[in-house]
Amino acid sequence: MAIAVALALVVIGSVVFHFLSPWWWTPIASNWRYIDDTIIVTFWITGAVFAAVVLFMAYCVLRFRHREGSRAAYEPENKRLEWWLAIGTGVGVAAMLAPGLVVWSQFVTVPKDATTVEIVGQQWQWSYRLPGADGRLGATDVAHVSPENPLGLDPKDPRGQDDIIIQGDQLHLQLDKPVRMLLRSLDVVHDFYVPEFRAKMDMIPGTVTYYWLTPTRAGVFEALCAELCSTGHSFMRGGVVVEPAGDYQAWLQQQKTFAQLQAPAKTQARNQDAGEELGEATR
Amino acid sequence: MADVTHGTLEPLSAGGIDDVELYHPKSWITKYVFSQDAKVIAIQYSMVALAIGLVALVLSWLMRMQLAFPGLLSFIDADHYYQLITMHGMIMVIYLLTALFLGGFGNYLIPLMLGARDMVFPYVNMLSFWIYFLAVLVLVGGFFVPGGPTGAGWTLYPPQAILANTPGQQWGIIVLLVSLMLFIIGFTMGGLNYVVTVLQGRCRGMTLMRMPLTIWGIFTATIMALLAFPALFVGAVMMLLDRLIGTSFFMPAIAAMGEQLPYKGGSPILFQHLFWFFGHPEVYIVALPAFGIVSDLISTHARKNIFGYRMMVWALVAIGALSFVVWAHHMYVSGMHPSFGFFFATTTLIIAIPTAIKVYNWVLTLWRGDIHFTPPMLFALGFIVTFVNGGLTGLFLGNVVVDVPLSDTMFVVAHFHMVMGVAPILVVFGAIYHWYPKVTGRMLDDALAKLHFSVTFLGAYLIFFPMHYIGLMGVPRRYHEMGEMAFVPPSTATLNAFITIVALIVGAAQLVFLFNLVWSVRHGRPAGGNPWRATTLEWQTPQTPPAHGNWGQTLPVVYRWAYDYSVPGAAQDFLPQNQPPDPRTA
Repeated sequence: MAIAVALALVVIGSVVFHFLSPWWWTPIASNWRYIDDTIIVTFWITGAVFAAVVLFMAYCVLRFRHREGSRAAYEPENKRLEWWLAIGTGVGVAAMLAPGLVVWSQFVTVPKDATTVEIVGQQWQWSYRLPGADGRLGATDVAHVSPENPLGLDPKDPRGQDDIIIQGDQLHLQLDKPVRMLLRSLDVVHDFYVPEFRAKMDMIPGTVTYYWLTPTRAGVFEALCAELCSTGHSFMRGGVVVEPAGDYQAWLQQQKTFAQLQAPAKTQARNQDAGEELGEATR
Repeated sequence: MADVTHGTLEPLSAGGIDDVELYHPKSWITKYVFSQDAKVIAIQYSMVALAIGLVALVLSWLMRMQLAFPGLLSFIDADHYYQLITMHGMIMVIYLLTALFLGGFGNYLIPLMLGARDMVFPYVNMLSFWIYFLAVLVLVGGFFVPGGPTGAGWTLYPPQAILANTPGQQWGIIVLLVSLMLFIIGFTMGGLNYVVTVLQGRCRGMTLMRMPLTIWGIFTATIMALLAFPALFVGAVMMLLDRLIGTSFFMPAIAAMGEQLPYKGGSPILFQHLFWFFGHPEVYIVALPAFGIVSDLISTHARKNIFGYRMMVWALVAIGALSFVVWAHHMYVSGMHPSFGFFFATTTLIIAIPTAIKVYNWVLTLWRGDIHFTPPMLFALGFIVTFVNGGLTGLFLGNVVVDVPLSDTMFVVAHFHMVMGVAPILVVFGAIYHWYPKVTGRMLDDALAKLHFSVTFLGAYLIFFPMHYIGLMGVPRRYHEMGEMAFVPPSTATLNAFITIVALIVGAAQLVFLFNLVWSVRHGRPAGGNPWRATTLEWQTPQTPPAHGNWGQTLPVVYRWAYDYSVPGAAQDFLPQNQPPDPRTA
């Protein structure tokens, strides 16, 4: 008796919690509403199955509990019933899988008109790179990484000279404009994760990965690292500002290109070298 | 329909091997320490596994304290937190669950349930335990080396696992990899034994399709483990080489903290494939023995044959086979080729079908049963609830695009704890309550058992069910401190505190269980040979606890399947497997 009540309470409690608790996803800010929809479909199907199975159990333990002189039925198999249940399950699974695969094919197919942003992860900060006027990103290699060239751009690649580098600041994205995120890591596996965007993908040192989205809501969103990246993992935060085209362009104008960032660095380096030579000479 | 039930019914002459005097141990040491008796080895395996499991339980308390009350235990800094989660996961999955189900229950039940005297290679079986014990000692040693154990996460993803900013990089990771290699060596010795014993050691009349589902579960899981663990082994060897002599199997060119490291050309994602090629079957290596055992618990305590026995066997085999082609569903957002997503999502959701069939057959076994609410039955019911819950959330994570927002969040943590933490551990408890009378000759205390069940089952559900919603909000896993984030309402802190308090209570309830285990050895009610009136052979031994050699002079002969409960016309509501057919009806 108590166990039947407990089983029923598990179902009722779970359903009540699902609908009444204040803990639910944060409102979406990207085009991936289909993902949310698939989650809702999955909640309904799985929720119904869970309630049905557990309530059926509750009924069984109440109805078929041992009483003096009672005896179980003897029924080793029931082919018809077993096949119907298997087929029914197959249909339910297909109902979740089919929309899932359709949305996945959208998720991995970047639209032609998408702009490109590169996100670079390293312990424990995010940097960003946008293609400059030529619309293309220059080549990179971790062998080029140095204090003056923290993202490892190839200094000889002309396509990289006008690349816009953003370090220690938030990434800005243009509202309603599809954007392809190219993901690169300099050290360990990271994952650039903005919960409101729903999309995420690991960045792996040695290769470039990607995902795409269209920001659909203006605002400032927090970004976190979602893949364990050593002791500072939980402090690897960043931010994304989604804004209309005008504000976005205004922001873009203020950013520095790779060449601009290199120039003072080079001058400084030259001065430093000169200083050291001078020092040695005096000694 | 009923050809499963009664195959050939003609009486058989007793077969098998006579009990020989030479074979028995001659000293205390060979009887209880370096024992070759599978039953003693089983108890050794179980005690070591439960002891190291207690360590993992305490680790989980500490990490829950940090999540609910950050900073309260000031010694838990980020490094310690990652060491806690890593060791908790590693111990629970491998050193507790795998060892307990296969080394513990496998050793005890395979020979007894199949009517064999022992495992076919008793000496190798003994070595298997001692190497496992050594692996556990090395693992524990990790807590005492300079820098402490590794904090790379139980998945040990390179490059971070062997780089300087990860705790335990100096010694901890080496110790853990060596311990894993030892574990796999020890397991392989045991595993070959279990497989050969099932294939070669069955008594006369015990056809494969008459074996109890417990044996089918352990047998299938062992074959899987023999195929899956080598992937982890080579992964561990390569990572050890990367760490110790600077090879670049998993290490690409890296600029760590602005400094170029000497690695070049390796692939971090290769390790992930190797790890999950082991890691996913590992889920089922834990689950299949639980599936098998719970089938027998339900059948015995509902006094009814398991429903759809043949379908249950094929479902086990199908799950075992399919589980080798689903591993990359752990890697949907790993950056592997996106087209893999289509294949692995499809295989993953297909595996839901045989799994669902098993659930249906368990609940249909309850239907029109004669259900006794013994502790094993209660735990079996708890298993079904938590397994169904955890299995269904697997349909979220297995469906590739739904996994994208949910992966690496607390949703995943809640899911896998429900499905491969809570559910199999409830089966472990149920199985211990069920077989303890055979092992010791005494019953465990019923009232304590029911207290233990109520707190553990309801508590575990209260811990992990709400946790899904924390993940749905977007809270990532493996965060030492969340801090204040706009998408996390402040009330989440209250929920986290609630979960932690329940976790402390559930943990404390395990002390009741431990007390029961110890106290009942001497003070439990004498059990007799077959207290549950069960059909399977382990309950038909001449002595309880069974002596070395199990069966006295002659081996049993099996005449029927393992599920002749409540057979119409029979005098009792169970017919043991070795009971000859009634000459009047044959």
